[in-house]
Amino acid sequence: MKRTFTALVFFALLVAGWHFGRDYMVRTHRWSPVLVPSPESVARYLWENTFAAEILTPSGVPEPNLNRWLLFLAAWVTVKRLLLGYLIGLVAGVPLGFLTARVQVARDTLGVLALGLQGLPSVCWVPPALLWFGQTESAMLFVVVMGTLWSVVLATETGVRHVNPLYIRAAQTMGSRGLHTWRKVILPAALPFIVSGMKQGWAFAWRSLMAAEIYVTILSGAGLGYLLNNGRDLNAMEQVIGIMLVIVAIGLLADKVLFAPWENFLHRRWGTAK
Amino acid sequence: MTLQQEFAPPTSAKLVVDQVSKSFRPDGRNRVQALERATLRVDEGEFVCLVGPSGCGKSTLLNLIAGLEAPDDGTLSSDGEPIRAPGRDRMMMFQESALFPWLNALGNVMFSLKLKPGLTDAERSEVAHYYLKLVGLENFERASIHELSGGMKQRVALARALAPNPRVLLMDEPFAALDALTREQLYGDLQRIWAERKKTIVFVTHNVREACCLGNRVILFSKSPGRIREEFKIDLPRPRDINSVDLAEYATRIMRSLKGHLAASTPEAQE
Ligand SMILES: Nc1ncnc2c1ncn2[C@@H]1O[C@H](COP(=O)(O)OP(=O)(O)OP(=O)(O)O)[C@@H](O)[C@H]1O
Ligand SMILES: [Mg+2]
Repeated sequence: MKRTFTALVFFALLVAGWHFGRDYMVRTHRWSPVLVPSPESVARYLWENTFAAEILTPSGVPEPNLNRWLLFLAAWVTVKRLLLGYLIGLVAGVPLGFLTARVQVARDTLGVLALGLQGLPSVCWVPPALLWFGQTESAMLFVVVMGTLWSVVLATETGVRHVNPLYIRAAQTMGSRGLHTWRKVILPAALPFIVSGMKQGWAFAWRSLMAAEIYVTILSGAGLGYLLNNGRDLNAMEQVIGIMLVIVAIGLLADKVLFAPWENFLHRRWGTAK
Repeated sequence: MTLQQEFAPPTSAKLVVDQVSKSFRPDGRNRVQALERATLRVDEGEFVCLVGPSGCGKSTLLNLIAGLEAPDDGTLSSDGEPIRAPGRDRMMMFQESALFPWLNALGNVMFSLKLKPGLTDAERSEVAHYYLKLVGLENFERASIHELSGGMKQRVALARALAPNPRVLLMDEPFAALDALTREQLYGDLQRIWAERKKTIVFVTHNVREACCLGNRVILFSKSPGRIREEFKIDLPRPRDINSVDLAEYATRIMRSLKGHLAASTPEAQE
């Protein structure tokens, strides 16, 4: 309760500072009112592109809002790309990590490849993806998968190699073999590493997807990145800032929904710091 | 089972360790001869305690019997079958508790039970509850492992090893981290379980009195290289009390012998 209150006060102060600071700078002609939008105009943009059923024309006549739900649709386009690619990266990455951890040949080949490609900023995959797949969903998916995959592979590999051998021996004496040992012992024992790899993969995928969406118009759907760039084209700063806020919100939400449950589990079981 | 096995005398050896040697890093510079030509027979239903100085190969011998490691030389068998891999009939309780941190106390006990075929899930959880209660942890079933004290962890590990009802129990200093009171209670429980369920137990300890309290036989190890030196038969009625005078007499004798071996094996210590 107290923490929520503190956070609320902090953000209220931030918005107030923005409002009055901008007001002062605009009045003294140091900042352009167009380039630095007021919090109110950003709020209006967000409202008119989400819930507002009607908008007022400049002459004050209400008319139906054609842009209603626009931001939700754009966010869905982006999040869908992200989740799908992320899931593919995860489902492929964990077994590949197992493989590189346990098979020397795989470590010397795939492991080195993963290490190299993980160091490559995943935005670099945008140009080749566009050439290979054109301006399509596949190109976006490819970029996201490349952002996720290598981090997950490397984290899983590290995790598996750090599993206390005693756990495996104990499981063996209890009759665990082969796949059962992998699923019920090695995977959970490596979980702290895998979760941190998942977080890193998510961060890489999210960044590279945004870059890709800003960089190129994808014909099959306008995502948040497109709208951000569109705001620049229109010189509509309230749109640019508004979209940035939406992107921040999605990042926070992902943390809460995707990672907080895992981290709580790790905290509860391993006793690690939250 | 063949007819011959069926009519074999009941005292046939359950575990046979024959001339077993084991070294670590055999090609490296710091080669360690952990065990040299160890020979040991454990009868069905026997309770054998292994005592010896730190690093003399007691844990190594248990690992070999468990099938977790292979000997360099010699053979091991269980029920006449050579030991090649771990088997559910030989349950091991490790020196460190080796509990799984991703499961709670109950989950850890259930892990061994879930791998045992022929039980319904309801039966499994009943068995798990029973053994957690036996070790006095019925109120900690939902606790995470890191929330348990060292002694409590050992008790969960004991419950986990007992739960699938193995024929052979290999226990590596299981009670070292416990307080005296809990320990005495568990001495009683272990002797009872051993007698009631006809288990064969190989038990490693540093505590000579503990060995005399639990074992039919106490086997003395010496170090560098790890060897079996001497063995003592403990002919005391059960259940035994660790504080009894007769038991103390045995312990004193074994202790004296242990010190003798120590002095003999490290001549530089006498100078
Ligand atoms: N995995 C291993 N790698 C290398 N050396 C080992 C390994 N395991 C045991 N050793 C060595 O083998 C010797 C015997 O070890 P072991 O663990 O069997 O001793 P122990 O009798 O159980 O001692 P303690 O009473 O302290 O537990 C020691 O010198 C140890 O350093
Ligand atoms: Mg040991």
